[in-house]
Amino acid sequence: MRHYVLTSKCSVASVISWLPCRQSKYKLAAFADNLNISWLPLQTILLGKGVIYMWKYVIKRLLWMIPVLLGIAVVIFTIMYFCPGDPAAVILGNGATPAAIAAKRTEMGLDQPYIVRLLAYLNQVFLHFDLGESYFYKQSVMSGILYRMPYTIIIAVICMILQIVIGTPLGITAAVHQNGFGDRFCMLVALLGVSMPGFWVAMMLILLFAVNLGWLPPYGIGGLQYYILPCVANAFAGIASQARQTRSSMLEVIRSDYIVTARAKGLSEHDILYKHALPNALIPIITVIGNGMGMMLGGTVVIESVFSIPGIGSFTTEAINNRDYPIVMGGVLFLGAIFSLIMLLVDIVYAYVDPRIKAQYAGQQKPWIRRKKANA
Amino acid sequence: MPNKKENTDNKEVQRRKKESQFSLVMKRLSRNKAAMAGLIVTLTLFLVAFLSPWIMPYEYSKLNMADKLQSVSWRHICGTDEMGRDIFSRLLYGARASLLLGFLATIASTILGMIIGSIVGYFGGLVDTVVMRLVDILQAIPGILLAIAISAALGTGFINTIIALSIGGIPMTVRLLRGSILRVRKMEYLEAAQLINCSAPRTIMKHILPNSISPIIVSVTMGIGNTILMAASLSYIGLGIQPPTPEWGAMLSASRTYMRDYPHMVLFPGIAIALVVLSLNMLGDGLRDALDPKLKK
Repeated sequence: MRHYVLTSKCSVASVISWLPCRQSKYKLAAFADNLNISWLPLQTILLGKGVIYMWKYVIKRLLWMIPVLLGIAVVIFTIMYFCPGDPAAVILGNGATPAAIAAKRTEMGLDQPYIVRLLAYLNQVFLHFDLGESYFYKQSVMSGILYRMPYTIIIAVICMILQIVIGTPLGITAAVHQNGFGDRFCMLVALLGVSMPGFWVAMMLILLFAVNLGWLPPYGIGGLQYYILPCVANAFAGIASQARQTRSSMLEVIRSDYIVTARAKGLSEHDILYKHALPNALIPIITVIGNGMGMMLGGTVVIESVFSIPGIGSFTTEAINNRDYPIVMGGVLFLGAIFSLIMLLVDIVYAYVDPRIKAQYAGQQKPWIRRKKANA
Repeated sequence: MPNKKENTDNKEVQRRKKESQFSLVMKRLSRNKAAMAGLIVTLTLFLVAFLSPWIMPYEYSKLNMADKLQSVSWRHICGTDEMGRDIFSRLLYGARASLLLGFLATIASTILGMIIGSIVGYFGGLVDTVVMRLVDILQAIPGILLAIAISAALGTGFINTIIALSIGGIPMTVRLLRGSILRVRKMEYLEAAQLINCSAPRTIMKHILPNSISPIIVSVTMGIGNTILMAASLSYIGLGIQPPTPEWGAMLSASRTYMRDYPHMVLFPGIAIALVVLSLNMLGDGLRDALDPKLKK
């Protein structure tokens, strides 16, 4: 009997994760009934961890990314289609004859109707994983993006870390000392932080630290010191909005009854804050982190152009000015894919932070339990 | 505690007096000093923008090569630019373009978002699924990149920039309104509205929207600020409003080559942008607290 339970635990657990339809789960329940195994231990393993359902959810979301990316490709292709200016004329330069331009257009496939070009592009990107070739640099867009990706990713990740490591504690401290001097000062700075244009902050930082003090290089890439100013400039707004959100959701939680209870039973202030208040305030904080990552990716577009960093953002904006459509479409698709992945990550982190959300993933099993009870 | 009780008593009395929700909110707002400061500064700036042709000390487009690249002085409080134009006058006049851009783009995206959001939230079903998937797609593109791409496709100029800035803002309003409609959809007053045979547009306009509008008001206030920031970034990249027009982002973009030697040229437009956005954010914070008494301190 014991043996049965153990083996079926493992096998059912591994099989169930790949089962596509609900019907087969009923069959499994019936199967377990026949073997005279109680569903409860199995169910606690499946529900209690919720891990398998998480995986199903993750796979579902990853599959859902395909239509989203298709959609992004269609949107950006359509926008680029309506862009004024002829890439063929831009490539051939000023002296080109109309005949040469027309020939070039035919060669590039620009004379085809919209729908044909769109389908060709989608086919090329999604079935052959080829983002095309740059009109200007004559090299594949993919290699260009991969070459520039590290700069963008490094800046975005450093900013993200700064945002979490500085913004969250700042918000917690401000909430704890609500209406104190420190709170007011921090929130004023944070309010300023979300109100200043990122590129202007960058310019001011360059003026102060590069031009006047001469401590840091004003632009370009190189060693570690080249990353300090762009990261600080880009992270400033993120840190500020993180601190604001953390403060307001902590304030909401701190007034709850269970915090009063925790105080009443004599917990230390540290335990109250970090074991009772913070976990309950985390959901909006994580949302801001996710959005912040999106903002960082967007912000790098402008920051890269201020600091002349050869990242994906500046790659894309330069390409817009050059009418180099394959690069624009590739860059936007790439950033969109990263952004979608981050949003997925945020949703998964939600589940780890909030047992209620985790239960929702496992919630598909509920009618099943009811049936079992009814049978009994 | 007695304070809280007094408050609820007060509210009861006010309800009996049939005091409107609006005046209640305004009362709460007027107690918030930061919000009032934000409101006053915002209104002042709008007034200044409106009156700028009459109050600016110099003609904003007047070239004066003899006075070019002057630093801060009594004659030119914010200095002059590379063509000898008075920066202060340009800032005053530029407030028109910047504020109008932020305001119109936000209003446009909010109205479109509200129409789509209320239809989607009210009818649900297939429309909801399809539209929300489209919203997902639009939201997966970083906002500034979308604005850049649309702006490149449509070309520069005032109307085109408004379109470019507003499209990226639509998904957020749709989500916001749909969420609050889903929350109020099960309410009794909607059942009552259905029972007295209210048409769908009337139900939406008269019953649903007024009850789910408060998050929208807050998001509009904050949205204007964010749109101004985004418009500035767009101008900085070289799209959006083009340099000869005195728009704050365009002024920053035009003066970046002179940044090293004449820092006053980039300092003041940035301060102007930060001031507007700061006061809008302060107002938005105050409105959020005033519209949602649950969060009240």
